[in-house]
Amino acid sequence: MNSAEQTDVLVVGSGFGGAIAAYHLAAGGASVTVLERGPWLTAEDAEHDYKLGSSYTRGFDFTVGDGMSILGGNCVGGGSVVYFASMPRAPRFVFERRGSIGRRMWPAAVSRDTLEPWYDRVAEALPVTPQDWHDVTYAGGLWAAACDHAGRTANPLPVAIDTAACVNCNWMMAGCRFDAKRSLLLNYLPAAVAHGAVIRPLHEVQAISRTDGGGYRIRYHVIDDEDYRITTGSGAIDAKIVVLAAGAGATPVILQRSEAGLGPMPHAVGRYFSGNGERLNTAVVNEDRVAEVLGLSRGEGAPAYGANPIGRGPTVASWDRLDGSLPEYSRYSLEQLYFPPGLGTILAQAPDAGDGPTWFGRDKKRMLSRWNSWLTIFTMSEDDNEGVFGPPPATGNAMRISQQMLGRGNLRYEPTANTRHGWAASDAEVKDILERDGIARVRPWTNDVVGAYTVHPLASCRMGDDPATSALDDRNELRGHPGIFVTDGSAVPGALTVNPAMTIAAVAERAVPGIVRAARERGVAVRYGAPAPDGSTSGRRGVLPLIRT
Amino acid sequence: MEAYADTIVPGEKRWPGDAAIAGAADGGGAVAAGAIQLLEWDATGLTEGLDDLADLLNRHARTYADGRGLALDTALPPFVALDFGHRTALVAELTAPGHPEKEFWVLLALFSNMAYDSAAHMHTADAIAQGHPGLAAMGVVPPGPDRLWRFDQHSYGRRLARVHPDTTPSGSPA
Ligand SMILES: Cc1cc2nc3c(=O)[nH]c(=O)nc-3n(C[C@H](O)[C@H](O)[C@H](O)COP(=O)(O)OP(=O)(O)OC[C@H]3O[C@@H](n4cnc5c(N)ncnc54)[C@H](O)[C@@H]3O)c2cc1C
Repeated sequence: MNSAEQTDVLVVGSGFGGAIAAYHLAAGGASVTVLERGPWLTAEDAEHDYKLGSSYTRGFDFTVGDGMSILGGNCVGGGSVVYFASMPRAPRFVFERRGSIGRRMWPAAVSRDTLEPWYDRVAEALPVTPQDWHDVTYAGGLWAAACDHAGRTANPLPVAIDTAACVNCNWMMAGCRFDAKRSLLLNYLPAAVAHGAVIRPLHEVQAISRTDGGGYRIRYHVIDDEDYRITTGSGAIDAKIVVLAAGAGATPVILQRSEAGLGPMPHAVGRYFSGNGERLNTAVVNEDRVAEVLGLSRGEGAPAYGANPIGRGPTVASWDRLDGSLPEYSRYSLEQLYFPPGLGTILAQAPDAGDGPTWFGRDKKRMLSRWNSWLTIFTMSEDDNEGVFGPPPATGNAMRISQQMLGRGNLRYEPTANTRHGWAASDAEVKDILERDGIARVRPWTNDVVGAYTVHPLASCRMGDDPATSALDDRNELRGHPGIFVTDGSAVPGALTVNPAMTIAAVAERAVPGIVRAARERGVAVRYGAPAPDGSTSGRRGVLPLIRT
Repeated sequence: MEAYADTIVPGEKRWPGDAAIAGAADGGGAVAAGAIQLLEWDATGLTEGLDDLADLLNRHARTYADGRGLALDTALPPFVALDFGHRTALVAELTAPGHPEKEFWVLLALFSNMAYDSAAHMHTADAIAQGHPGLAAMGVVPPGPDRLWRFDQHSYGRRLARVHPDTTPSGSPA
């Protein structure tokens, strides 16, 4: 192709990393184009429907790898449209982690203290607020009561949800019909568009190459609106700056495929992938014991719990093991979670299966008949960054199998003894808390079917100080490829022991002044300093003193 | 394929002498829930390969039976001729880590399960209204008239634990 369209800044992906960069650069005066692989869904599109082809499958990408499967967003707004909006900040010790490289993983310039003002910006923009016990759902309440009974603490989570507008339908994973969830569709993205950014849905970026003028050419395919296996066109755009934010399961794959046009990639591209040390346990609750032992009641005639489908994802977490004095790989949080049928139930193992199979068959069917009494507990622990991406598939980040959602990717993940140690310790603790005095029977999800399972992919293209183990410098610029920045979860160096979106967003906010500077050096008339998307400025006051001029 | 789906989520026989369904559990299983309709819908990406998978499954069943000296009713396809315990053991082998064809058998299992636990070939509200066996057995309550779910009551409404002493004002761990 000889003629390509032009833009100052090309953003790949519209999740946290992409939306935040797009907003600030557009607000600062740059021309910004966002290419997003998935469709542009609004609240009206958010159906309460498990049928294939509804928003529940249109908005998702589920990539089965070898030992690890990734569930992520596939729509404008990325993971924020399908996520549960729990937004805790990462504990202080996380930034001091050494992980598999035996030295501090995070760049020296980043710590909880230096990130705090950027967290504040995000909290103001979405906004993020703490919940109180009246917001906590039955499932979260049950988890809190069980933790308390076991002598432990439990916290209502901070969330990016307007709890007054929430109807507790528990369909968050299909998008929010009631706009109660503050996804990026309600803040950064509309604000970016208001400042002239152009967002093109169903545009899947395939590769990047250099242009003669020192810029970059980005090639994309246009994807069919209904059957993502079908390509309906293709094209290219030239840009002075590229912001890669396709998510930790896709960004390194685009870079691997781009080696032909860009030259060699840093060693860490596509290595050190982390699944945030995730692990799930499903408990089948004994309703009578919940009433007798924990003293919980939903009123006359109702089960004491029986509320698995009521609510809105996680509302309560236990943070007792987020203790920086504990050794690495033994720290984790335990969060109550809701996983709907279709994507969730298959991997749950029947706690009382005898010799037979646990994830299918007779005992599993019996377990499904108690579905209303399920309680799911989610571990986020410290893994060993052991994931490695193999050669890239022909297009996108996976070989697509189904019309939507399902694909086969080239990620290999073999959990090390460190990772397995954390999982085993957390499994044992969940069992101890929930089986105490007969409250429930519990068992972890199986890894035998699709490997370990993560909704929090991280670190596949990470930032750091050491060029041997990090793909990006401490300002998110790709080593050896000036003008290419990575601002999504792949830049976060390792597992966080809590939900990552808040940290991904804060790291992206932190990267923006550097991207603005690089754009100016390339002749783009752009300034830094926009307020929050709704015009609020208290977060801006916090970060302006941090910006080098 | 019916017999495979029935091994994943077993159900009761549709008629006396129903051979595909082993009758290993009460109530409808994956087949009654629509597993075959789901698998035959090309949205799954499996449709074209279904006949090949059925042939392959029968070959595995024959090898399995030969290895154990089991005599199979030759009037039936070999997998259907296995009893439920043997079907279960064979499916466990095929879906176990390390089996070279694991991916295909896992996909078949995933969609068989999805037919039962989420009626992925039907609009959920319609499936519930028609008494879909999986959603009914799981106790999925029907949505409101606008086909959306809302729950008025959602919380025990009181403090149920001490919060962690090192919680910051933002509600995060310190
Ligand atoms: C079910 C679920 C629940 C979750 N709940 C929470 C939670 O409660 N709290 C929390 O902190 N986190 C949660 N997460 C995780 C959170 O959504 C992610 O960590 C976050 O969205 C990652 O942000 P990102 O910017 O790295 O990438 P994403 O948000 O994944 O955005 C990447 C975007 O890039 C697009 N893309 C990919 N490839 C291409 C390509 N080739 N060309 C163009 N576009 C492309 C994708 O479609 C996607 O929209 C949840 C995730 C899931 C799936």
